[in-house]
Formats: sequence, C-alpha cells, structure tokens
Amino acid sequence: MGLVVKFGSIEIEFRKRATRPRYLAYLVPFVAVIVALLVGSVLLLSEGVDPLTAYLALFNTAFGNPYSLSETIVKAIPLMLAALGTAITFLAGFWNIGAEGQLQMGALAATWVTLTFSGLPSFVIIPWTMFVAFAVGGVWGMIPAFFKVKLGMDEILTTLMMNYVAILAVTYFIYGPWRDPAAYGNPRTQLVAESARIPAILGTRIHLTLFVAIGIAVLLYWVLRRTKFGLEIRIIGGNKDAAKYAGINLFKNLLLVTLVGGGIAALAGMGEVSGLYYCLPKSFSPGYGYTAVVVAWLARLNPLAIPVSAFLFGGLLNGGYGIQMVFAVPIALVNAIQALVLFFVLALSIFYEYNIIVRRRR
Amino acid sequence: MVQDIIVGFLSTSIAVGTSLLLGAIGEIFAERSGVMNLGVEGMMIMGALSGFLTLTLTNDPWIATLVATLVGGVMSLIHAVLSVTLRANQILSGLALTMFGVGVSGTLGRSLLGVSAKGLPVVPIPVLSEIPYIGPILFQHDPITYISYIAVPVAWVVLFKTEFGLTVRAVGEDPGVADSLGINVYRTRYVCIFIGGLLSGLAGAFLSVAYARMWIEGMTAGRGWIVIVITIFSMWNPVRAVVGAFLFGGVTTLSFIFQGLGVGIPAEVLLMMPYLFTIAVLLVVSQEAVRKRISAPTSMYKPYVRGER
Amino acid sequence: MKGITKSFPGVLATDHVDFDIRSGEIHALLGENGAGKTTLMNILFGLYQAEEGEIYVDGRRVIINSPKDAINLGIGMVHQLFRLIPSLTVAENTVLGLRSSRRPFLDLDVAGKKITELSERYGLKVDPKAKLWQVSVGEQQRVEILKALYRGAKVLIMDEPTSVLTPQEVSELMGIMKKMAADGLAVIPFVTHKLREVMAISDRITVMRRGKVVATMRTQDTNEKDLAMKMVGRMVLFETETVRIPSERVVLQLDKLRAINDKGLPALEDVSLSIGEGEILGIAGVAGNGQTELAEVITGLRRASEGRILINGREITNKSTREIIEAGIGHAPEKRMETGVVPDLSVRENLILTNYNDQSLSSRFLLDRISIDRHVDKLIADFGIMTPGKDSQVRLLSGGNLQRLILAREVTRKNLSVLVTVCPTRGLDVGATEFIRNTLVSLKKKGVAILLISEDLDEILSLSDRVAVIFKGRIIDVVPTNEAKIDEIGLMMAGAVKTAE
Repeated sequence: MGLVVKFGSIEIEFRKRATRPRYLAYLVPFVAVIVALLVGSVLLLSEGVDPLTAYLALFNTAFGNPYSLSETIVKAIPLMLAALGTAITFLAGFWNIGAEGQLQMGALAATWVTLTFSGLPSFVIIPWTMFVAFAVGGVWGMIPAFFKVKLGMDEILTTLMMNYVAILAVTYFIYGPWRDPAAYGNPRTQLVAESARIPAILGTRIHLTLFVAIGIAVLLYWVLRRTKFGLEIRIIGGNKDAAKYAGINLFKNLLLVTLVGGGIAALAGMGEVSGLYYCLPKSFSPGYGYTAVVVAWLARLNPLAIPVSAFLFGGLLNGGYGIQMVFAVPIALVNAIQALVLFFVLALSIFYEYNIIVRRRR
Repeated sequence: MVQDIIVGFLSTSIAVGTSLLLGAIGEIFAERSGVMNLGVEGMMIMGALSGFLTLTLTNDPWIATLVATLVGGVMSLIHAVLSVTLRANQILSGLALTMFGVGVSGTLGRSLLGVSAKGLPVVPIPVLSEIPYIGPILFQHDPITYISYIAVPVAWVVLFKTEFGLTVRAVGEDPGVADSLGINVYRTRYVCIFIGGLLSGLAGAFLSVAYARMWIEGMTAGRGWIVIVITIFSMWNPVRAVVGAFLFGGVTTLSFIFQGLGVGIPAEVLLMMPYLFTIAVLLVVSQEAVRKRISAPTSMYKPYVRGER
Repeated sequence: MKGITKSFPGVLATDHVDFDIRSGEIHALLGENGAGKTTLMNILFGLYQAEEGEIYVDGRRVIINSPKDAINLGIGMVHQLFRLIPSLTVAENTVLGLRSSRRPFLDLDVAGKKITELSERYGLKVDPKAKLWQVSVGEQQRVEILKALYRGAKVLIMDEPTSVLTPQEVSELMGIMKKMAADGLAVIPFVTHKLREVMAISDRITVMRRGKVVATMRTQDTNEKDLAMKMVGRMVLFETETVRIPSERVVLQLDKLRAINDKGLPALEDVSLSIGEGEILGIAGVAGNGQTELAEVITGLRRASEGRILINGREITNKSTREIIEAGIGHAPEKRMETGVVPDLSVRENLILTNYNDQSLSSRFLLDRISIDRHVDKLIADFGIMTPGKDSQVRLLSGGNLQRLILAREVTRKNLSVLVTVCPTRGLDVGATEFIRNTLVSLKKKGVAILLISEDLDEILSLSDRVAVIFKGRIIDVVPTNEAKIDEIGLMMAGAVKTAE
C-alpha cells in the first residue's frame, strides 16, 4: 500500500501502477493548463479584474483572428528554439536553465555579425549569422557542462548565473558601443543591414526562422530515436552509472549535447534580431529562456510536441500583452500563470506513476 | 578617513548580507532534510512585496515583517506538497515557485511603485555600539539584522544538539533508515521546508521594510540564487554560512562602491561581479568538497517513498 | 499471527499464513525469495499492512500500522542491509527516533551508558562514540541488534543474519542468539538457504513456499534434505555438476594489481590471478574485502594504481570502459537496477545497452531497427525474460527477469572472452537461480572464462573450478575446488591465515 491521505472519513490512496496508460500523456498537460488558468483567475480577481472578460480578451488577442494568430506564432518561434535547446539537455540529465543567457548571447553574436559584415549578400550573411550565433551560444552552453564534468559544479547555479552575466553584457553593448543615437525613448543597437534581414511571410511578421525551428524539432526527434548519439543521451539521462558501465563517454557526450542545446537556444536570439526587430533592443526577451523550461516540460521533452506547447505559450504571452493596456494588468501576470502551469503539470505527474483510489472508511 | 571607509564598508557588507544569511540558514534546514528548494528567490521577493504592502496599509513595521515571514512560509508549502507528497521533480518545483513569486509580486506590486514608507529604523545597541570600530560595524543595524545574529547559534544548536536536529540530519542522509525507526520523514521535511520559507520571507522583509524601505520590481535581483550558493559553500553548517553571507555582502557592496566612484569600468561589468563571484565560489567549493569528501545530504533530490517493491 | 494475507500489484505475497513464537525460543523461518517470508516479517514489523488476518501479542489482539507500533509492542527487527547512517555515531544511530530524556536536547551520554550495559549483558562489543563509517561490518550488525534491544525488544526478527559474516563471526552470533534466548527473548531468524545454520541454532522451523506455510515443525524432527524438499517442492540438486575443462590458455591475467577505494584507503593489494579458457574462478570473501573494487578495476569502472590486466595477452589496464568491452569483457554487475540497466528505458533498449555499437546492430551513426528487433526477440525467447513487451520499461521487471535480461545481453555478445559476474543469484528464487547457474555452465562450455564473485560460499563451491579467497584486498590463496575444505576457507576469509606465498 502506498501513501494514504485522510480527509475525515474519506481515504485517498496512491497505489503504484503496473503499466502506464497512453492517454495520460495528453490528459495531464491539458488538465494542467486548464487548472492553471482557473487559479490564475483568482489573481485577476484580486486586481479587481473580471476573469471571464479578461480571459476572453486574452484568447481573442492570442488566437481570435489571422493577425492574432500570426503574432502568436511570432512569439512562439523563440520559445520553440529555446525549449528545444533546453529539452535536449534535460534529456541528458543536465539541468540547463541557461537558455535565457544562451539566447541573449545568440542575439549579441547576430548583432555583431550583421554590424561587422554588412556588405555581404543575403545568401552569405544569413547562414553566416546563424552559424556564428549557434557557435557562440553553443560555447556559452558548454561552459557549465565543462565545469560540471571536470569540477563537479552544480549546473543549475552556473547556468543561472551565466544568464545574469549575459543579460548584463547585452545591456552594455546596447547602451555602449553599438548604441543607435537615432533611437530616442527606446534604447537599441543600430539597425541591421537590409541584406542581413531574414525575410518574413508576406503580410505578417512571421520570419522564416519558423521553418528552421520546425526543422530542428523534427531533426531532434529523429536523432533521439534513430541514432546512436540519441540513445546515448537518453542512457546518460536515464542512469549515469549504467552509462559508465556501458562504456559511454560521459564527458564527450555531455559537451556535445550542451553545445547543440546552447546553439539551438542561441538561434532564438538570432531570430529576434535578424528576423523580427532588425536590431537588438533592450529587454527583447521577456524571459523566453525561462518560459522555455515550462514549454519543454509541458511537452514532456518530446521535440515534436514542443512546437505545440510553444504555440500555446506564445498565445499566452501575446494575449497577455494585449490585455495589459485594457485591463491594467502587468505582463508579470503571465509569468505567474506560466508558473501555475508548471506547478500543475508537476502535481499531476504523479498520476503517471500512481493510480488514485478513493475510499470511505468505516 | 580610511578607517571610516573600512568601517562603513564592513558595516554595509553585514547589512547587505543579512538577507543572504537568513535565507541561507533556512535553506540549510531544507537541504539537510533532503529537499532542495530553488524557490528562495520567489519566496524572498514575495516576502519583500507583502511586507511592504502591509507596511503601507498598517504603518506598523513589525506586523509587516511578521506577515512577510508568514507569506514566505506559506509559499514554501507549495513546494513541500509538490516535492514531498506528490514526489515531483524538486528542481522544477522550486523553479516554478520562483517564477510564481516573481510573477505575482510583479502583478500585485504595480501599485506600490514609487511609494516610500517609514520602515524599521536602525537601532544601535546601547553599550556595545560605542566600542570603537567593532561597535559601528556590528551593533548599529536594524532589528532584523540582529535577528540574523541570533539565528546562527540557534540554528547550530538545533541542528546538532537537539533531537529534532538529529532527526533532520538522519532524514537527509537516509530517509529509509529514519522511517524504519518511526520517524515521520514527510513531516520532518515539511517542517524544514517551512522553516526555510519563513526565513526567506523574513529575508525579503528585510529588503523592503528595513533596508531599501520601498518596493522595486525584481528587487531581490538574484539574491535567492546566491543564497543557494552560500548554502553549498557553508557545507550545510549555519556557522560557516555567516562567512559566506558576509563575503557576498562584501562583494556586492564593493560593486556599489566602484559604481559610485565612477571607476573606468562600465556599470554593467561591475553589476556582474556578484554573479561571477558566485561561479568562482562554486569552483572553490567543489574542489574542497572533493578533497574533504563532504557532500550534500545523500538523499537530496530524491523523493521518498515507503513500502514499495 | 493468524491468517495473514497481503498482495502487491499482480502478486499474492502471503496467503492466510499462521505463525507463532514463544519467549525464549529461536524459531526459524525458511523459504525462497518470493515465498513470502520477507513480506510476513515486514507485516509483523509494521512496514506493510495485511489485508486479512490478525496478530496477537501475549494473547491480546494488536494492530501494527507502523514500525513504531511494532517497537512499542516489543518487536524489533535486525535487517540484512543495515538501517544505519554512516555519518552519525553509534550512539546517535541507536537513539535515533527516540525521545531524549533531556528533551529537546540530546542525551548521548546517558544513552552511551545504557548501550554499554546492554552490550556487556549479551556480549555485543561496540564503541558508542565511534562514527559508523569507521566501524567494521560485524560491529555494525551488533549496533543493529543493540538498536532493537535498546528499545526493549522482546521479539527479535533477524533478516539473513549471517549473510555478511565470516564463519567465525557466525558462531559468535549464534552464541549471542543463544544468550538472548536464555534471557527470555524470542528470536526469529529468517533465511533463504542457510539450512545447516538453521538446523544448528533453531528450536522450531517454519517453511514457506509461494505465500503459504508448508510446514511448522520442531528442529529435532527434521533434517536438511527434508527442509529443502519442503522449500522447493521437488528434489533439488545441491551441487550442479562442474564440468572440468582442461584449460591451458590463459584468457584473463591480473598482475600485482593495486587500487584505492572511495574512502581513499587501499582496496586491492598485490592481486595476481589468472583464469583459463572455459574456467570458472570463484572469489570467496566476506563483503567489503575488495571484491567490488576488483570487479570495477577489471571492467574499467575504477583506476588501478599499479599493476596490469591482460586479456588474451592484450593489456587493458586503465583503458576506457568502451575499449575494455570491445576487448571482450562482459559484466553482470552486483547492483542490477542501479548499474546494469537504465530503468526508464525499454526492455529493447536495455538489451542492447552494451553492444549497440556492434556492426550487426548499427552503422556509424544510425541504429538498425530491424536487426535490433530481431535480436531482441530472440533474446527474450531464449532466456525466458517475462515482460509485457519489448517497449515496456525495465523498471517493472522482477529481480529474476532483470538478471535474465542482463545475462542475456552479456552472454550472447559475439566477442566475449571473459565474464565478470558479481552475486549473480542474490535475491533470486530457486527457479531463476538454477537457470542462471545453468547459463554460466553452458557459457563455460563455450570456452568463456568466468570470474565469479559471490557472498554465497555454497554457490562458489558448486560452480567454480578453482576458488580464490580475498581478505582485505589480498588474495590469500587459490585452491582447486575439489581439494578445498570449508573450514580452511572460512579461516582464510576471516583473515586468520597469512597469504600463501
């Protein structure tokens, strides 16, 4: 008999399951989101806002019409990339919370490339920007892995600290050497050259980085299931001792996975610079890297589910911005709701392992 | 003149370190019982917010501090339920708690921006603050800092000289063994997490009610993470946490001083100092831990389940 | 205990079991793993709750919902894997969970006095102030026993009490048990197969099989063969035939190996061994004398500080685990679930854990799904691995099936020259044990050299061609099994004999 919780005459028992039903993988995330929204409405009420109206407005701004949808997708692109980068490192058992820092560094690198190589034609400079951003983000992501393997340093703290460092570095460049004097109230770097801008789908702001993101999602899924590397990653993440026993080189694999993960997350930053804003503005990321953790976890670290999860959170973000003005609710509320989603996904995850039996005690 | 600067520096370091010390002592209890609570940042900032909010509503700094402390405690229970009862992933649960705290405080704190209130004053201790040098450094602080002074020896005694402390240490090392001896592992962990929450809330209250006496969005600025580093640095020993808190307090103060002095280094780089220092500390501690073979309480990160095949 | 019934998901562990014990009596409980004796004792001690049945103490009906209840009733348990905390002292471990006389503060000095008193009464030598990780295994067991006595235990349940002891420590323990019984305590030792010891020490014996009580009888009314038959239900061959293959060719050679353990102390000193083709070399010794480190050094999981390891003449000392695997060494580890498999991954993936690099299963980067499936299906069939499916998680497998999986994987590797197997049948029932042993014997017939490390001396003696005794990291002697004498080996295991030069 497992854990038993008693409420008066009612007894709830958690009994370990023998097999895991497949439908749970879809039910749990769904329920988690719904419940999170419900609890979030309490927060709205405390601010004097009617939750129903607010949520409807949010939904409308997020998904209500083609323009809303396109804006939601715009927000989903960096989330997708950051979440993919995060997910693959999580699968290897490496708690990389550094996606925020990696994407900042990616944005930084992209700005540097476009400012330095502005003369080059599109078909050269765009791939080059991607490459450099990937490389810089990859190295940024590898550093904590290196510390972990060689020195046993906890990666959660090192990746977090490096986030703060990255954000400060970006701030420095925005206010300092790369500052665009033409921008008044809105501090940002100088504009990206025309040729270095990633084209967007006609009529929208959806830049083609979207297809890169989806391509990476499919690629990662395939790598995890069909390649030796993918298997090795999952073994390392599943049981480090067994990985050593099987002769898998932890050091090499960990470095590789954090390189790839950091690089992918960096592309998120690059996309914002080269595809959306055409410059590097202050506070361009409302914590995409942190939201990415929730996105990835909601998708259960499955690369194919991440675009869906990212779309959802993109909508939440988009809608949140939308209702800010109307209902005088700060964007911080969205952060709170994201956290609630994570809470409930975690809480409901117990159902994967345990069945709940409710009994009445005599 | 130089002495004044040094005295001022040390005194400020202690003040700045207060929230770090309180948070660290709380986290030491939680981690000693085998649960890592990454939600310190969230609990601290909610403590700061609720403390300041209460202050503006009641004008009583003591009630404000009390409310803040309780808020921290209540928040920590969320983490407790998730990671102890529902066996969820501790790392993510703590992160979610932080995100939640930051999000909620940002939402509810909007109306408090720019408001200032009379918080806890600095209370020099009668005779002791007259001692040359040591007086101003140690004994001219606000009440919460004095609480942190007391908290250290109290925590040490509780952890190593009481039944409860032995229970906590046992639960952290091997909950299975503790359980077989009739110890309620879940309750012990809940209590320790709650203690951590209370102290984090108190640490937050210090920031808004005693130290800055206002509310700024995100005013904890990563202190919660530094608390966790200090916890590791202290080898889960409250006395050593003092050194850690003081050290980080000093580094942060230094970066303020440098900014004020307008030394040629860009402001952002100076602001990076505490975070880079954190990484350096982690480096040193990992080396030391390997040498001395001290490690985290063995059961950390693993949820405890009883009676299963 | 009357009519005790308890089930786990999918299994009926105890089926209307009756059991009783009188004060001053030593009543042994015998049965294979999965027979239900562990469950029964766990119910008595409050770790599980029975679905049906009652328990009576001194004639009164009692409900035991937790170990606390059991302890309050005077029931104490000494576990096989000690429930002790290494970083705390003996005294701290003893008083853990008890109300201190100076609440809320600890009263370790008072406790120390009481501990010394008890230890003198029953001959249990301990030092209250010592930190547990510094203390020997035998002393740790004494601390375990003291813990129960300190809490006023009148009934002492002992789980496989002799499995970690040398033959000398075993007789010491039996002396202690007799003293306790003479003092009016009741002792329930429960074991899987130490039939000789059970016959020597107990007053009554109860045999369980498949969750039911088969018989309860006075020790004087039965004998070992009778017990074995009752335990298994059929005649069990105590000795598997050892097929001796004259082995000239040395496959694995260890030359003056030295290694350090996790605490920084020497674990292996000057170890030299060789195993020939088709030979099984058994390593006998009390747990903690370097066996674990020996297996780790050979399989590349630990550095050798000095010395050489050669396989088929090729040196593999301190090479990477991958290279060692490719050189032909297989490893069935002691901790199956913790080291030998990845619990959350599927049966299929775990069956290729060590050989996915094999050309027949994968190319340079890609896994060949079809070949893998074919291979996995064959292994599942040939080795009788019971699993809901190839894709189900390995976490759900029972101990016996887990070991079948691990052996299936290691034993069928194409280039296998040496198999290192540690405690291969620990915790397994007789059926699985037979299967594993037969697998090892057929492997030996194929010419593979096998290094058998086990705590079960009977197993080593029945399977090995030669036996090496290890004590404090040194090989005391290596003798051919047919010339070995158990008492000599016991003395060597206890370190009473100097290394034969």
